[in-house]
Amino acid sequence: MDKEKIKINPEFYDIMPVEYQELVENATYGKEDRGWKDVGSSKELIEEHSLCAGCPESIAFRHILASLPNPEETVMVGSTGCTSLVFPHIALHNIHSLFGNQNAVASGLKRALAYRFPDKIKDVVVLAGDGATVDIGLDMTLQSWFRQEKFATICFDNELYANTGGQESGLMQKGFVGKMAPAGKQFEKVDMPGLAKTSGCHYVAMLTSSKPNRVEKVIRNAVLIAREIGPTYVQIYTPCILEIGKQMMEGLQEMRDSEGPGQRFEYQEFITDEAKAYMEAKHPKKKRKKKRVEEKKVD
Amino acid sequence: MSSKSLIGTVNKKGQKIVDPEYLFNEAPRERFFMTGSEVVKEAIRRASVDISVSYPITPQSEAAALVGELWVEGYVGDYFRGENEFAVMSECAGASFGGARVFTTTSGPGTLRAYENFPMWVGSRLPIMINFMVRGVNSPLSIQPDTLEIGLVIDTGMLIWHAETAQEFYDYLLKGFLVAEEPDVHLPIAICIDGFFVSHTKDDVMITPIDMAIPPYDPYRSPVPCMDMEVPPVRMMRDPFVMKSNYISYATQASWQQETRAACERSRKHTVRLLGGLIEEDRSDAEILIVSSGTALAQGREAARILAKEGIRVGTVKIKTIRPFPTEEIRQATKNARLIFVPEFNVVGWMAREIKACIPDNHRVIAGPHVAGGMTLPPEVIVDEIKKVLAKNKEAIHG
Ligand SMILES: Cc1ncc(C[n+]2csc(CCOP(=O)(O)OP(=O)(O)O)c2C)c(N)n1
Ligand code: SF4
Ligand SMILES: [Mg+2]
Repeated sequence: MDKEKIKINPEFYDIMPVEYQELVENATYGKEDRGWKDVGSSKELIEEHSLCAGCPESIAFRHILASLPNPEETVMVGSTGCTSLVFPHIALHNIHSLFGNQNAVASGLKRALAYRFPDKIKDVVVLAGDGATVDIGLDMTLQSWFRQEKFATICFDNELYANTGGQESGLMQKGFVGKMAPAGKQFEKVDMPGLAKTSGCHYVAMLTSSKPNRVEKVIRNAVLIAREIGPTYVQIYTPCILEIGKQMMEGLQEMRDSEGPGQRFEYQEFITDEAKAYMEAKHPKKKRKKKRVEEKKVD
Repeated sequence: MSSKSLIGTVNKKGQKIVDPEYLFNEAPRERFFMTGSEVVKEAIRRASVDISVSYPITPQSEAAALVGELWVEGYVGDYFRGENEFAVMSECAGASFGGARVFTTTSGPGTLRAYENFPMWVGSRLPIMINFMVRGVNSPLSIQPDTLEIGLVIDTGMLIWHAETAQEFYDYLLKGFLVAEEPDVHLPIAICIDGFFVSHTKDDVMITPIDMAIPPYDPYRSPVPCMDMEVPPVRMMRDPFVMKSNYISYATQASWQQETRAACERSRKHTVRLLGGLIEEDRSDAEILIVSSGTALAQGREAARILAKEGIRVGTVKIKTIRPFPTEEIRQATKNARLIFVPEFNVVGWMAREIKACIPDNHRVIAGPHVAGGMTLPPEVIVDEIKKVLAKNKEAIHG
């Protein structure tokens, strides 16, 4: 799709919803160097959301959508959970079907789009919770990687089943007392980045959503590498402030406290040689000094 | 873009796209002697299918593998073996959301493993075709023919057709896509056959030319947007219904369910045009009727022939579509019947239940004979049942 397709017939302009008018006028479809800094100056692809006030998922969502390299040709696949409260509001085609089947849906979708549009780039991006990705959907997550399906998988890791009220998940920390883990979780947080590496992902990153620059870089890498080389996996800590007893302003600090050296969300990045060579050849890093300085500021 | 405009052009494999009416009614046909599994291959070869996902389970494994050969030969766009039937049906969903014509097959335990997907396909208006080659589902493990699984999917909202013979199977596979993809229907369709009895036996089948195919699927005739970013991405709803406990959200959910059921009913007119009716009657003015679907009805027809020789007149009513259920047609066809026998290959007798639920004076329905676990249903068993009931009735009358 190009921006032409969403243009409004002048005759109907005034009856179109304001958010649609803004989308046509001021969204960053088709912008080469789009990124998180467009947030605030251009129309976002997310209209609003019904997450809890202060939920870090919302800012992660906004930065991810702002960082997609090619939103006008991107279809997203979600799953049941708190993220499914956001998807209906976004200006991208997206699919919610069942809980946990997101990587299976994305496999079929990507293949259909590749077959129907052999001369176009169509990116598929999965975004789902930890329960969806690592527990109920683990089989399908891993199998899509074994099969080398060409799409990016993003997991919003809030270390529990948020949408159903804070139950134990595979990504919950050992010992955490949650619902259905009344004596504390009995086993370790699943090493999903490790599984991703051994299951065939060409790019794996673990981070929190505290640093927008980092989110932007990781998402760009994940989508571009998935497009040409093979599956990619990104795990982002988006703490469920509601279930861990934090106030609405405390999400950012919680992320910062969990990403220091030796902490469970210490930044990790893995890239295969093939993916690295591809990125260096096809998508060399933007070298702009000014940006670096800004990066410092937001940190 | 209407699919009509493609007639006379070629599909991606280079087969000529022909008007379905021509293909079914006028195109030359050649006789082949083949199994039900081979019927799948030959029908799908002519169906301009974009994507198929497979998973092994007896008795559909052979058919699913043959579709893979079609992919290698270039007749099917993409094909792979999924990881389990739940995933397979979600992979089919993804492909269908992306605008592909999708075909898959499964049986018994695979159907139940996949179950959660079926109402989702319906609610998402995905016109996927699934072929159920039905088999037993209960423990102890059985791979034998059994129609219980059809009874378990009848309320998912899918269109469900039940083919009796290899020939019907061939035609239903091609015609099913056309009905399921009509904009006012746009629902998944299950084409059922009785495992082994149809999948693994050889039969004469009249096959349409190899270089002709039905028109490809046009995803832009769908009543809901195709998820390919080729049409403006609408903000789907202001508030996700799942979060709202209010009347609007309940009413929206409920009305969408009503709409998908209505869409199933709206398939009737297209089905009547292509199948010639939802039922098939033979001497239905008789006082004794055998009503059923699939090979159970085939056995019933044999029983009627045996009884005719003995001077007992028995008619048959074959049910071709289980969803939509031919309620009015069955009422009409059975209005003069005194006794209605419903032979079935399952332990619960769901077809008898369906019929009882839609006709007046339903004490006329005899739920049987039914067999299960892979037992065959010889016509003599049906004959005996009919005679037994007749004798009992006589006793009752003569006191
Ligand atoms: C088959 C099925 N089982 C269970 C559920 C209930 N369910 C809905 S959301 C959810 C938890 C989601 O957890 P996660 O994927 O971590 O997302 P979060 O809400 O934490 O963002 C569960 C268990 C369901 N919808 N479907
Ligand atoms: S329940 Fe937790 S994860 Fe869900 S919206 Fe609220 S804070 Fe965010
Ligand atoms: Mg979670």
